[in-house]
Amino acid sequence: MSVRRRERTDRILKIIFKATGLATIALLGAIFFMLFYNSIAFFTHISPIDFFTGSQWNPESVNGTYSIFPLLASTGLVAFGSMFIAVPLGILTAAYISEFAPRKLQIVLKPVIEMLAAIPSVAIGFLGIVLIGPAIAKLFGIQNGLNALNGSILLAVMALPTIITIAEDAINAVPQTYKEASFALGANKWATLFKVTIPAALPGLIAAVMLGLGRALGETMTVLMATGNAAALPKGFLDSIRTITATIAIEMGEVPYQTTHYFALFAIAAVLFVITLVINLLGEYFANRFRKFHA
Amino acid sequence: MDQIKLSAHSLNLSFGEKQILKNINIDFIKNQVISLIGPSGCGKSTLLRSFNRMHDLSPDAHVKGTLKLDNLDLYDKNISVTEIRKRIGMVFQKPNPLPKSIYENLSYGLNIHEFPKNEIPDLIEKALKESYLWDEVKDELKKPAVKLSGGQQQRLCIARTVVLRPEVILMDEPCSALDPISTGKIEELIMSLKKDYTIVIVTHNMQQAQRISDKVAFMYLGEVIEFDSTENVFKNPQQELTRNYVGGHFG
Ligand SMILES: Nc1ncnc2c1ncn2[C@@H]1O[C@H](COP(=O)(O)OP(=O)(O)OP(=O)(O)O)[C@@H](O)[C@H]1O
Ligand SMILES: [Mg+2]
Repeated sequence: MSVRRRERTDRILKIIFKATGLATIALLGAIFFMLFYNSIAFFTHISPIDFFTGSQWNPESVNGTYSIFPLLASTGLVAFGSMFIAVPLGILTAAYISEFAPRKLQIVLKPVIEMLAAIPSVAIGFLGIVLIGPAIAKLFGIQNGLNALNGSILLAVMALPTIITIAEDAINAVPQTYKEASFALGANKWATLFKVTIPAALPGLIAAVMLGLGRALGETMTVLMATGNAAALPKGFLDSIRTITATIAIEMGEVPYQTTHYFALFAIAAVLFVITLVINLLGEYFANRFRKFHA
Repeated sequence: MDQIKLSAHSLNLSFGEKQILKNINIDFIKNQVISLIGPSGCGKSTLLRSFNRMHDLSPDAHVKGTLKLDNLDLYDKNISVTEIRKRIGMVFQKPNPLPKSIYENLSYGLNIHEFPKNEIPDLIEKALKESYLWDEVKDELKKPAVKLSGGQQQRLCIARTVVLRPEVILMDEPCSALDPISTGKIEELIMSLKKDYTIVIVTHNMQQAQRISDKVAFMYLGEVIEFDSTENVFKNPQQELTRNYVGGHFG
């Protein structure tokens, strides 16, 4: 092959790589632009004050009320509920795997937990409908088990692999010398875990929680299937709810193009986008701090 | 009559199949400083760590033989390892303060062993004074311990051990990561601690061993080759191996 031909191949390859890189960035930019462009269109119809402070999401009614509040409350409620379950469970599991489990069990547990992340969310939603929902209904003596509690449990299951994996890395990265210091002073395994290892791993644990929370907030299919889809302000975990994600998924297919309702869905998507963005950035920030700390 | 504080008899230790310590018999006298010397990998740290049972943490370590603190069998199933580690403190090669404040590094052990809360501040002050650290840190006890210099960190680690009022202090090359001035301070500290504690120290520094120790044990390939007064080991060694090692004609 002549030198010139080789140079040409080189050039072409370079262009291809550059193009794919730029395409990704362009795609992100386009999504961002689309979300905010349509949101702005929405706010020319409805005032942001009504949007954030109202109490009803009811686009079908005669003069259509568009308050994100019940949806945001729903999203917040399941996310909080799921973290309430997944954070202690995830961190203790991570601590167990990293500090207490015999090596053989460790080798089995880690990939099994990572595999949990591969279960499609539809399957988990299904589990919520046929198993956990009825169980909740029976346990609390209510008619309908498709509620915030159900969603919280399922989202906890979905966030657990992320939390456990990252938390385990964080706990594992705590220098052995800290633990030795603690043991040599007469502390037992538990005192060492709770007073030395976990505090030392804290930035990494916060990162784990943030990324798990990001996962829970963005999840759509599971909550759509398992939380009852009532777009009213929830009063507690036994109420049916409807999250931002589920609302978009349900309504987007039927809404007439470029109506207020259509724009409203972009607006709530933009809000969710900002929230998850902030949470992911926080997660990254803590993950980085934790890496620096152990460098 | 000299009182035997710490002893090992017929001690054999292996990691899995690999035997590291071979039939060790050694007695350490109360209120003496004993240096363990010998080439790298000969088992000095392993011997030291068998006294405060740090090998409990490695599942493939097998300890056979009798180790005693006074008349207490250190590997007796019925006594708590926590209590042993309170009575036999340890200082490590690399200063390893906990990622907490200076004050908390000392209160940590006191809380673990449930010292009365109201006595803790005084105990901490006393231990810091004994470790020659008080004047340097008394105004910044809340500062993270890792902000201290390496030498100060190591004195903090000694203070953290001393505050529990142990009977024996094990030190594994406590000066190897320090500059000569910090090393000097630690040596001075060791000499002053001798009146209250029995100190077993691993060192690669022959001058240091001569400066601080009453007795010296020379180890080679998992055995104690010679154990005698510092004077005899350095000036008049009985074994060929010892003579070569302390004379610097080794390996
Ligand atoms: N936890 C362990 N598992 C397996 N082997 C070990 C373990 N700890 C130490 N060893 C081995 O035991 C031998 C003695 O190690 P030890 O640390 O006691 O030597 P040392 O005399 O302290 O050496 P140095 O002067 O370099 O510190 C070495 O061959 C080492 O590889
Ligand atoms: Mg060593």
